[in-house]
Amino acid sequence: MAWFKRQSGELDATGEKKVRTEGLWVKCENCRQIIWKKDLEDNLQVCPKCEKHFRIDARARLAQLLDDDQYETFDGNLVSTDPLQFTDLKSYSSRLAQAQAETGLTDAVINARGKLNGRPVIVSAMEYSFIGGSMGAVVGEVITRAIEEAGRTKTPLVIVSASGGARMMEGVISLMQLAKISAALARLDEARVPYISVLTDPTTGGVTASFAMLGDLNLAEPGALIGFAGPRVIEQTIRQKLPQGFQRSEFLLEHGMLDAVVSRKDLKPYIARALDFMAA
Amino acid sequence: MRASSSRGLSTAAKAPVGDSMLALSGAEFLLSMVEARWAARNGDTRKMDSQLKTQQELEKIAEQLAKLEALPGQNEDTRGQIQQLHERVHALESQLAVPSATWLKIELARHPQRPHTLEYIERIFTDWSEIHGDRGFGDDPAMVCGMARFRGEEVMVLGTEKGRDTKQRVFRNFGLPNPEGYRKALRVMKIAEKFSRPVISLVDVTGANPGVGAEERGQAEAIARNLRDMSRLQVPIVTAITGEGGSGGALAIAVADRVLMMENAMYSVISPEACAAIMWRDSSKKEFAAEALHITASDLDRFGCIDEIIREPEGGAHTDPAAAAELLAESLHKNLVQLKTIPIPQLLAARYDKFRRMAQFFQTEP
Repeated sequence: MAWFKRQSGELDATGEKKVRTEGLWVKCENCRQIIWKKDLEDNLQVCPKCEKHFRIDARARLAQLLDDDQYETFDGNLVSTDPLQFTDLKSYSSRLAQAQAETGLTDAVINARGKLNGRPVIVSAMEYSFIGGSMGAVVGEVITRAIEEAGRTKTPLVIVSASGGARMMEGVISLMQLAKISAALARLDEARVPYISVLTDPTTGGVTASFAMLGDLNLAEPGALIGFAGPRVIEQTIRQKLPQGFQRSEFLLEHGMLDAVVSRKDLKPYIARALDFMAA
Repeated sequence: MRASSSRGLSTAAKAPVGDSMLALSGAEFLLSMVEARWAARNGDTRKMDSQLKTQQELEKIAEQLAKLEALPGQNEDTRGQIQQLHERVHALESQLAVPSATWLKIELARHPQRPHTLEYIERIFTDWSEIHGDRGFGDDPAMVCGMARFRGEEVMVLGTEKGRDTKQRVFRNFGLPNPEGYRKALRVMKIAEKFSRPVISLVDVTGANPGVGAEERGQAEAIARNLRDMSRLQVPIVTAITGEGGSGGALAIAVADRVLMMENAMYSVISPEACAAIMWRDSSKKEFAAEALHITASDLDRFGCIDEIIREPEGGAHTDPAAAAELLAESLHKNLVQLKTIPIPQLLAARYDKFRRMAQFFQTEP
């Protein structure tokens, strides 16, 4: 004889009473602290415990830098024509289509006109989640147009980098973008229009070796990976583990490659201060 | 961009991974030469293996496809799967059908007997006086710079030098420049600018240098500065890609009024080995990667990224270095003569426009 008797034959499994916690909490990769997502958002996606700067997308970046989240985008309608018809295990055109569907962008950068503490600026923000923020013909052209627009209207320029480098699937076409952008920056330099480069996690390869390192000021967020050759390539070459912090912002600051490492919440005031100095 | 497989090291990607190259120790280099000879004699077994694998995968997919297509009542999912499988078949077939003409060219561009920068300098110029050092950190033997006379005219010559024998190769760091190399190059270009002498640069470089020191001393900044300042250098610049044109390392001395490329040279954003290691996850797929990247002189010409292809002697520059040097000198001379007739402001405007309009492969969406 059974000791217990089930009261009703049916269990209520409709899930109505379930407490939903999924998506409300995130774990910091750095300090392993569990953070309430709302806290993280309020803190500009920076861990409140350890100051780890989480990656943010281009739109969030524009919202943080420009006054009242008010800005006007331009040159957002350029699309790559896949000049090499590149196919590896998957075709480049399908990779592009997927990235476009996921991000709602045509390529890995957004140009915007807006105000930064009341001062008109042009901001080019790169989108890392679009094929690693890689630079092909479209990214090269969009950034060049931002530079030219800044020169034409004598408006200070801010470029926020987040990129793995040149886009392999556009081969040498990608490489030529480095020359094009750098030449445009030479003209901007001669026109004495301020250009602030902001390097965020990660900025490597051809992007570092062109516009990211050519700012009147090169600023970086704390802990960002910044370099030319990737750390894994170097590790394979020298066959030893790289020291802790190699190719991070603080390392570059120490070696004289950056003007300042600025935390996310101080970034806007820092740029505003610099523009006070540079622009009339 | 970086390579994820450590296989790249031990097998075919002796050379470049990421944006740059894996420097080899002398012993490894010798080993690789022996390996290459062996492979040449016995047929490349590695390649045959990968062909066989591809063949087997194709057969498997064909089976799967047959099963899927035979299923009654196909829904969205299965149709999607079938579509994917067809795409994969397409990709695999293109790998099987790859012609090797491109790869032969790359082997010529990297040929151990191919004339190097110093050899060309010796054959083409007179009164060569080398200039050393970047006035900041040191002298980079991988980048050679100097004053020279070219058919009676004073010119500044610079270029990357790989070195010939093992000792030389180690001394020249296999032709992989360090930041001080790029800075030295820019320094001598500014000397040329000050005294209104044209600049000639010769490019034969596997890529930038993946090393701790190069990163510490800011090779990205050094390359970027060269790109910017060459675009506004107030003297004519002619560049010739003579062998390998490896990504940023090459471009850092190739922002020129005229970019010439020898018939069997290559110019790429990444080495085929590294590209294969990243995109195919298998560095032995380098031939497919080479094909996909379009890195030969005729490809570059078609894309409008170079101005002229310089013919080479039959069989490649190494078969007759004197003739190759003569053809190179002829082309350099012709272009230099043309450039000297153009007033500097127009020259700079034309240089800007050339790079501004180059590589525009996009369309405007409505």
